[in-house]
Amino acid sequence: MPSWLHDLLSVPSLARSLLAALIIGFTNGCFSAYVVLRRGALVAGSLSHALLPGIVLGVMVAGKLTGWSSFLGALFAALIVVLASLAVSRVSRLDQGTSLGVIFTVAFAAGLILFNYLPGDVRSQVKLEDYLFGDLLMLDATDVWVAFGVGLLTLSLCTALQRTFLVTLFEPSVAAAQGVPVRAVQYLIMTLLVLVMVSALRAVGCMLSLGLVVAPGATVFLLTNSTRAMFWGGGFLGATCAAGGMILAHFTNLSAGAAITALLGAVFLLALVFSPKSGLLFRRSAEKPSAS
Amino acid sequence: MAQHRRPMTPDSHCDHCAHHHELEVRGLTVCYRSHVALENAGFATSCGNCVALIGPNGAGKSTLLKAIAGLLPRSSGSIRWRGATVQKWHREFAYLPQREEVDWSFPVTVQGLVEMGRYSQLSWWRRWRPVDDRKVRDAISLMNLAGLASRQISQLSGGQQQRAFIARAIASEAHVLLLDEPFTGLDRPAQENLSVLLRQLAAEGRLVIASHHDLNTVPDLFDQVLILNRRTVAFGTVAEAFQPEALATAYAPAATA
Repeated sequence: MPSWLHDLLSVPSLARSLLAALIIGFTNGCFSAYVVLRRGALVAGSLSHALLPGIVLGVMVAGKLTGWSSFLGALFAALIVVLASLAVSRVSRLDQGTSLGVIFTVAFAAGLILFNYLPGDVRSQVKLEDYLFGDLLMLDATDVWVAFGVGLLTLSLCTALQRTFLVTLFEPSVAAAQGVPVRAVQYLIMTLLVLVMVSALRAVGCMLSLGLVVAPGATVFLLTNSTRAMFWGGGFLGATCAAGGMILAHFTNLSAGAAITALLGAVFLLALVFSPKSGLLFRRSAEKPSAS
Repeated sequence: MAQHRRPMTPDSHCDHCAHHHELEVRGLTVCYRSHVALENAGFATSCGNCVALIGPNGAGKSTLLKAIAGLLPRSSGSIRWRGATVQKWHREFAYLPQREEVDWSFPVTVQGLVEMGRYSQLSWWRRWRPVDDRKVRDAISLMNLAGLASRQISQLSGGQQQRAFIARAIASEAHVLLLDEPFTGLDRPAQENLSVLLRQLAAEGRLVIASHHDLNTVPDLFDQVLILNRRTVAFGTVAEAFQPEALATAYAPAATA
């Protein structure tokens, strides 16, 4: 073991942060495959904004900022926003993307307003930046347990239901005709998305949690033709970038969320340019189908 | 409403299962909200046939295929297959979507696509079995796709894409193939290749029903024809039903208004 890693792991709080980064990165990365396949990045982006009022409300109700209060608050708010956007798109002529665009900005504004009404002692304890950008180095044991629980649940469900998820994402109407409860499956995927994003919240914050749950899947999508490879490859990439970003942040005094997201962005850019399957460099040779 | 039944002849007997299965669609009505897409449509045919589904745009060809496959709810009407009423869907029916309805960028290979055909045979908790592998392999080689199994579906030609979806239907042990415009966008050799394959599937005892828009090729490609314009205009063997009067009725401007 290199000495710098040994030094890092010998500090319990840093070792815990590294573990959390690996778990969160892996879970988010695996699940990002479904976000990309479902073309759900916009929904995920909206959710990330809706987390802010949720956390603030959670803190208001619980009286202090803990892993659990922010987790439950954010979960509640995210579900409200998703259901509200579905409801608005059903009762009006707007599509879900448009109604999300309105609702998530309003939710975010509500969060900012509510923030001013937090009790003084809580406000002195945390800054708005902590909500927006998180802090991987400040996680406590509860956060790691929440991340672990969410990861375990998500990965078990995704593995057990992979065939169902796959046909639902590829051809919802055919899946429905074969007796798959498509609507229930789509709600389940949304619920898992909320859980996964919320588990990353304290580590990387509302704004950057979107990157973790989209970028790994998007990157692997450029490199593979297999959904299984997308899932596990996304997990591997997410975990690597999360841990790498955290270590980078530790040695350079950058914000961990920013370092992780920047790393993910760098790998994405490499894939975009150099992917043998669809990279810009090889675009010409990979030109469309041959004759039958 | 004209409903003819092809007389049972020894050569239309089904080799696939040594039975003569009948598909009977009666009084089928399908609505999209207030719009009636299909009204009281019906026909009866049996396995071993290649049936063309023709009619002007908006005649309800896709709607009929999807309703039989269970992709659309029916407002009224009944579907009987092998003498039993089909409630929502039947495992032996396979719907093959129109090209533009497929997400071609989905990261799935020919192999993966054909494997999906087995999913309806497996409940979500059931493990993949050797027999599933065998069915997938057989379907791929039957459709001459063995060399292309690891290709992503957008990297195939139009004809290969059709064959990949047919392979999936075969892997699912479908007996009735409902194809939505399978010949659209194929060049002449690919069309001929596909028509040979469809003939072969019908000869093996499957029932092939395909919507089609090129009237000139109907007599070459199909045994029976269903002329549709929201309701059944004519149905029967190509010789009986594919007549100028019926076509004029179906394609008359007034009828589509």
